[in-house]
Amino acid sequence: MNQHETLLSGQHITQRWGGLTALDDVSLEIERGTVHAVIGTNGAGKSTLINILSGELKPTEGQVTLLGNDVTRWSQPRRARGGLGRSYQRNTIYPDFTVSENCRLAAQAQIQRPWVWWNNAQQCQISTTNASNAILQAGLDDVSNSIAGPLSHGQKRQLEVAMCLSTHPQVLLLDEPLAGMGAEETERMLALLEQLKQDHAILLVEHDMDAVFRIADRITVMVNGKVIATDTPANIRSNPDVQTAYLGEH
Amino acid sequence: MIYKEKGKTLFVGLFFLALALYPLVGGEYSITLVNKIMIYAILALSLELLVGSTGLVCFGQAAFFGIGAYAAILLSPEDGPASVWFLLPACVVLAATYALFVGALSLRTKGVYFIMVTLAFAQMAYYVVHDTSLGGGSDGIYMYFTPGEETWLDLSNPVILYFFTLLFLVWTFVFLAILLRSHLGRALAGIRINEQRMLASGFSTYPYKLAAFVTSGGIAGMAGFLFAVQDGFVNPEMLSWHLSGALLVMIILGGLGHLHGAMIGAFVFVFLQEFFKSAEIFGDFAEHWHLGLGLTIIISVALLPKGLVGLPELVQKRLFGTQAG
Repeated sequence: MNQHETLLSGQHITQRWGGLTALDDVSLEIERGTVHAVIGTNGAGKSTLINILSGELKPTEGQVTLLGNDVTRWSQPRRARGGLGRSYQRNTIYPDFTVSENCRLAAQAQIQRPWVWWNNAQQCQISTTNASNAILQAGLDDVSNSIAGPLSHGQKRQLEVAMCLSTHPQVLLLDEPLAGMGAEETERMLALLEQLKQDHAILLVEHDMDAVFRIADRITVMVNGKVIATDTPANIRSNPDVQTAYLGEH
Repeated sequence: MIYKEKGKTLFVGLFFLALALYPLVGGEYSITLVNKIMIYAILALSLELLVGSTGLVCFGQAAFFGIGAYAAILLSPEDGPASVWFLLPACVVLAATYALFVGALSLRTKGVYFIMVTLAFAQMAYYVVHDTSLGGGSDGIYMYFTPGEETWLDLSNPVILYFFTLLFLVWTFVFLAILLRSHLGRALAGIRINEQRMLASGFSTYPYKLAAFVTSGGIAGMAGFLFAVQDGFVNPEMLSWHLSGALLVMIILGGLGHLHGAMIGAFVFVFLQEFFKSAEIFGDFAEHWHLGLGLTIIISVALLPKGLVGLPELVQKRLFGTQAG
């Protein structure tokens, strides 16, 4: 495994909505073994970018490459099966299912015949094993048999990540995984991301600047749909353009 | 949770046992009535697969039912009884084919648009049989020979037809119960709760929804066949939106998301209908039976938000302050 190989890249991505240009010629590369954070004010185009990279949106122009394949025209499910996992700003868990069943269902997408109608899904060895591993990795093994709905906010965010991991992704697109978390929960999630980056490429969209500067290996700063800088945290912190446009008082 | 599941299984087993024993005590009229209710129960189960299990609110289920019923008569020869083993699969395939066509187009829409598109397709089918000579126009058409006549499976015999319908009701229930706990069923549940997450996990959700739609249409077609055999007559009202609406009321009344809820809903709905239509009980007011039925359903839904299947839990909560199971 090449530790710093590029697993996901977007080249010259432009997204226009009528007269509005949401993304303007954005390029970035996400490497294995790194956390690449994307920061920017509201409306900077971060969510549009993550939606294009995950396949939820097709770009007006530009190309998306995943594990060396041009996936620009691939649907979102095909990209997910191809090694791309994503979490959302809002929780997208199944609140009436147990933690274990949440992850098992996500893992089911990766098995050979996920549509079989005659076998009991809960007895599927492959998806159950993958789900258990993801739950263990996300630190949710204590609550694996609990119904997901009543879990704490932090545990739900962990579950969101565990559901991504259940699909065996190589690239993780995490949209504000720390949103609404307390200090202790944030620490737990950062430790998890630190552990995950060993063998994944992680793109992190996050508003918690302290956390971003602590964990990110590279940071891309976006303003009004354009990338104004991509660099290491130390260089981003001292970049005058970034200070003027975004970080301000940081 | 385990006790709840066991209780549910026991209830369903006793329910089917009671239905199997009913012809020993019931007269011909009541056997025919219960048979009709069992057909509606099969139809309600078909809609439950879409609405309660997949989250697709279809307002055109009557079309598949009607197509199955019309096919049963139009495909029957005029000079003798048709074979059940040809006619029944033919009705199912025709209804499922129309469901494939409707589903392929309507599943590209969501929410209220999906409801309206399924209604539009059902009305289209309604007007085809209503305004053309294909199915006898607004007068409908008769079945001259009941399938299986003069064979061991003589469906013109009400008791044989009763057990034939019961067999298919049990088959539908068991088939759907197996399907819903399978990979396909869990994927449908995931689509109902959060389709966005299913897509992000790698499920191409469209074929799953289409499979549910076609399966549901085929089961509705089977119910249509049974209805045509029982009545020996079909008319365009079988495809009307009134029936689609009544089916939605049945599954909501019984309790969405529960197969036994769909069956309970069908039974209670038809019993309520017969009750409020009874001139012996309500006298002249019986002609306003819609009012009594409507008010009862509104009160039931208001008091039992989980439907009739939620009644034991509610009673236990009231009596003992704990939840059932």
